[in-house]
Amino acid sequence: MTSGRAETYPLRRREVVARLVADRGELLVVGGLGAPSWDLTAAGDHPLTFPLWGAMGGAAMIGLGLALARPTRRVLVVTGDGEMLMGLGALATIAVQAPANLAVVVLDNERYGETGMQATHTAGPTNLGAVAAGAGFPVVGDIFDQAQLEAALPRIRAEPGPVFFNIKVRAEDLPLVLPPKDGVHLKDRFRAALLGPAAIE
Amino acid sequence: MTDTDKDTWSARLFDHLIEAGVRLFAYVPDAGNARLIELAEAHNEARPVLLASEQEGVAICAGADLVGGRAVLCMQSSGLGNCPNFLSLVKGGGFPVLLIVSMRGDYGEQNPWQYPMGQAVEPILAAMGVLSFRVERPEDLEPATTAALAAAFRAGKGAALVLSQKFLGAKAF
Repeated sequence: MTSGRAETYPLRRREVVARLVADRGELLVVGGLGAPSWDLTAAGDHPLTFPLWGAMGGAAMIGLGLALARPTRRVLVVTGDGEMLMGLGALATIAVQAPANLAVVVLDNERYGETGMQATHTAGPTNLGAVAAGAGFPVVGDIFDQAQLEAALPRIRAEPGPVFFNIKVRAEDLPLVLPPKDGVHLKDRFRAALLGPAAIE
Repeated sequence: MTDTDKDTWSARLFDHLIEAGVRLFAYVPDAGNARLIELAEAHNEARPVLLASEQEGVAICAGADLVGGRAVLCMQSSGLGNCPNFLSLVKGGGFPVLLIVSMRGDYGEQNPWQYPMGQAVEPILAAMGVLSFRVERPEDLEPATTAALAAAFRAGKGAALVLSQKFLGAKAF
C-alpha cells in the first residue's frame, strides 16, 4: 500500500457517487472498470447503468458512443484515475466531437484500487483536469471538498458539455459491492429499459 | 486499382452500411478507408468520428448499440493491434462490433515493418472471437459485406470485413 496525501482527502467515493446518481431521472450511466462500478452498484444497481468488467480505458468512449447515438439523453461516465489514464486519447476524441450531453467524472484516489492500491500517475505530477482542458473540453473542474461538489452537481447533470470533472477522493479500501457479471445480461437490460422489450428479441 | 475503381467500391460499401442503419463511422485515417470516410462526411445523417487510437472505436460500437444505434470501426490492419483488450466487449457483452480493416503486410507488401501486424490480423480476430470476412477480388465485396453485416447486426457477433492488398493494391512504400 502506497501512503500519501490521498488518504487524507475529505471526499469519500461512495458518498460522492450516491450524490452523482441521486434522483437520476433519465440519466444514462457508464461505470469504469473496478471501484467506480462498485460505487455505482452501492448507490443502487440500475438497468440504465452499464458497469464495465473489462476493456479498461474504454469507459469514456462507451459514453461517447451513447452520447452521439442518443443526443437527447444526458450521459454520465463515472470512472477512476487509473482507467482514465489508460485512454487519455479518448479525451481529445470526445472534445473534437463535442457532444453537449456528455459528462465524464473521474474519481481520483491516485491509486490502482483493484490490484493493491499502487500509486497512479495522479499521485505524482499528472493532473487529469488539465489534460481534459488541454484536450479541448470546454467545461472542466477540479473538486476537492463538499462545497465544490455541491456546486458542480448541477453542472455535471445539465451544463452543455462535454463536461469533465476530476474529483479527488480518499484512498480507501472499501467492501466490494458487485454488479451482475454477465455482460450480455447487463447489455440486454440496458437496451430493454431504454428501447423496450423488442430491443432484445 | 484505379481511383475510379476505389470510388466505385467505396460507394457500394457505404450504401450497404447506410442501408443497414450504420450512422457512426469511427475511424483512424488510412488510404483504404479515405473515400468511405469522405462519403460519410458528405452524408447528412452519417457522422465520421476521428479517433486518437483504434480501440476507442470498439467502445463506440458498444456504446451506440446500448442506445439502439449502429457504428462501424474503420482502420488499417496495424490498428487492430491496439484493439484486443477492448474486443472483450464482443465475447463478454455480446456487442455487435463491425470492423472494416484495410490490409497492409499481406499480398505484395514491400515494407517489412508492415508484415508483423498484417500477418497477426487473422490470429487476433480468431482469438477475440471476431468473425473474418475477406475480400480478395472485386466480386467478393458484395457477399462479404452482406455476410459481415448479418453477423454483426442480426446475429450480434463481432465481424471484420478484411480488405486484402490483393483487392486494394499494394502500396509502393
